[in-house]
Amino acid sequence: MANIDIRQVRKSYGKDEVIHGVDLTVNIGEFVVILGPSGCGKSTLLRMIAGLEDISGGEISIAGTVVNDLEPRQRGCAMVFQNYGLYPHMTVAENIGYALKVAGMKKPERLEKVRAVAKSVGLEEFMDRKPGQLSGGQRQRVAMARAIIREPKVFLFDEPLSNLDAKLRVQMRHEIRRIHNRIKATSVFVTHDQHEGMTLADRMVIMNKGTIDQVGTPEEVYNRPATVYVAGFIGSPAMNFLSGQISAEQSVILLADDSRIEIASDAARRHAGALVQLGLRPEDMTLCAPGAGHLTGSFDFYEELGSSGLYHLMIEDVPFTVLSSIKPRFQHGDQVGVLADLSKLHVFGAKDGVRIDMDEQVIRQMEPAE
Amino acid sequence: MTQADLPLASAVRDPEARITNPLRRRRAPGMVENTPVLNILTHLILLTGMIILLFPMYLVFNAATLSLQEVNAQPARLLPGDQFWNNIKEAWVTRDFGQKFLNSLIVAVGVVTGKIFIACITAFGLVFFDHRLRMPIFWAVFITLMLPLEVRIVPTYAVAANALQPFQTILDWTGISWFIQTVSGIEVALEWNMLNSYTGLIVPLVATATGTFLYRQFFLTIPDELVEAAKMDCAGPLRFLAEILVPLSRTNIAALATIMFVFSWNQYLWPLLIITDPNYGVVAVELGKLVPDTNTTGGAIPNWHIAMAGTLIVTVPPVIVVIFMQRWFVRGLINTDK
Ligand SMILES: Nc1ncnc2c1ncn2[C@@H]1O[C@H](COP(=O)(O)OP(=O)(O)OP(=O)(O)O)[C@@H](O)[C@H]1O
Ligand SMILES: [Mg+2]
Repeated sequence: MANIDIRQVRKSYGKDEVIHGVDLTVNIGEFVVILGPSGCGKSTLLRMIAGLEDISGGEISIAGTVVNDLEPRQRGCAMVFQNYGLYPHMTVAENIGYALKVAGMKKPERLEKVRAVAKSVGLEEFMDRKPGQLSGGQRQRVAMARAIIREPKVFLFDEPLSNLDAKLRVQMRHEIRRIHNRIKATSVFVTHDQHEGMTLADRMVIMNKGTIDQVGTPEEVYNRPATVYVAGFIGSPAMNFLSGQISAEQSVILLADDSRIEIASDAARRHAGALVQLGLRPEDMTLCAPGAGHLTGSFDFYEELGSSGLYHLMIEDVPFTVLSSIKPRFQHGDQVGVLADLSKLHVFGAKDGVRIDMDEQVIRQMEPAE
Repeated sequence: MTQADLPLASAVRDPEARITNPLRRRRAPGMVENTPVLNILTHLILLTGMIILLFPMYLVFNAATLSLQEVNAQPARLLPGDQFWNNIKEAWVTRDFGQKFLNSLIVAVGVVTGKIFIACITAFGLVFFDHRLRMPIFWAVFITLMLPLEVRIVPTYAVAANALQPFQTILDWTGISWFIQTVSGIEVALEWNMLNSYTGLIVPLVATATGTFLYRQFFLTIPDELVEAAKMDCAGPLRFLAEILVPLSRTNIAALATIMFVFSWNQYLWPLLIITDPNYGVVAVELGKLVPDTNTTGGAIPNWHIAMAGTLIVTVPPVIVVIFMQRWFVRGLINTDK
């Protein structure tokens, strides 16, 4: 068990820098999920922790030891790969036990351990099969077992569930969480699937183009996204954004279509005149009669999601979505009112995209704009 | 061979099998047409090809069963006679094939083993290690494809005659031999003669650009994740080579071994050049001596039946190897995992 300290870590491939000075601490026994879109450098960061990739700048330490110049084998990490990286010519048992064999453990002892670990992930029936004769989920389990058996200081996962079908993915992610609760190893898990991240993480790290935008618990990241980017990335269906300007005299945000959303006066004063991005999640709004809400848009189309549906509107040429369980009764082009829960309003600076905190206590439900 | 051993053949016959056969599955469905007319046509083409390929072999076999008169009869006789075993015995005894077979086998096995080892280890160094000499070495190896033994036979002979000659030259040229002679009075004369020896027959043939290239291409298909998984499992490079790459390249070894066995079994020019001692003679050279010409027959009727019997004898080992190995790499091909 160990903590990981990442300090100002950079990575360049030739002239291209792909990780731009990242700081992160993973505490002992913590399950940290690194979430980000394709190509943002998640794998690169993970591989630098594992020792599979050189560190171009900064420092990584595991359990207090700087590991920059250590070989993977000296770092005590185990890794689960996206395509599992199982040895195709070895049986399940040999795959699981290979690290112990390399470490020089005697055969009887090794077999016993392999059996125990295989049992804990439900693989006892498949011990003599080759990876080619297993299903995706079973292969995934072998990869897990292979990591578990080494009792590593740190577990690293690089999108280990992305090759499974949706149902199995959910099942495996519960299983990974269960295993983590049992062995409590420090874990870093890379994914681009936010549901996976949300359900697994103690803390989440949201990466964007080689930098970390936010580190926080899943609730923090969801409820108080630190940047426009995080706000748009987390949550599905995705958050809506409208641009506006803070007006200090009236304590409102003026939107392009002249609607006004009232905000706390001290916040308005502090950021007077600022151009902002207003963020509203589809689930934090309801539909109402045109003019009766905070916003008015024209109905575009309706998307059925099962328990509820997603209303697609256009507000001044900006697509806007509202989640509602009411069945649609609109025609294309109808005017629809939108009532927002202003305690869940997110405001970001238009230029830097950084969150501007409105004191939630003071935000009042304002009268609908005329 | 039963049908089960030949999935490709059975897949052609049984359309259901096509779905489960991984080799077939990769093809676009439109590419495999299965109409009776096309089937017959393709089989006819195959059959024609087979007859064209096998007919010369039949002529060899046929000649080997005839007597001296029959083999020289005009028009040529196309039906086998009854002299087969006599001819085989005659060929075996006159050319002392027993010892030659053993020699050829030693040479072929030695060359094959050496080639596989060298090719494997060279390709390993070229693919899995990131160093500056990687591309220059690859090209250096690759360029030797243009220098088969026949092209470099004179210098190779010189080296085989004294493998240490290059070092001697260096010593002489730098003045070191002069220095040693002046100081200790010993004349430096390095010599390692490889003529008339198994070493001489094997070593100059062992380097193989083709094999290295084949191995390199195979190693390049090894997924990075496998390499990294091995690293994470703390396996060092040599362990990785021995316990992961070599078992995975069994099929490659089989293919390479087959090709190289036939190649070295059929070596003619090099043994002819460096072997003067009949104890080290190889079958290909001996076979050459069986071919009737004015020297061997002294102007008498050419004894083609004996020559052909000898040809049959010499052909057998490569044929066995090919048949045996073919089964092996078909099997390897089926068991290949992703
Ligand atoms: N060997 C390499 N040489 C040059 N650039 C590379 C190399 N490996 C990765 N990159 C670049 O580094 C960036 C980050 O890559 P990385 O693999 O970490 O992305 P990722 O976040 O894991 O994406 P994904 O979700 O698709 O796996 C990418 O822009 C990629 O093009
Ligand atoms: Mg990745």
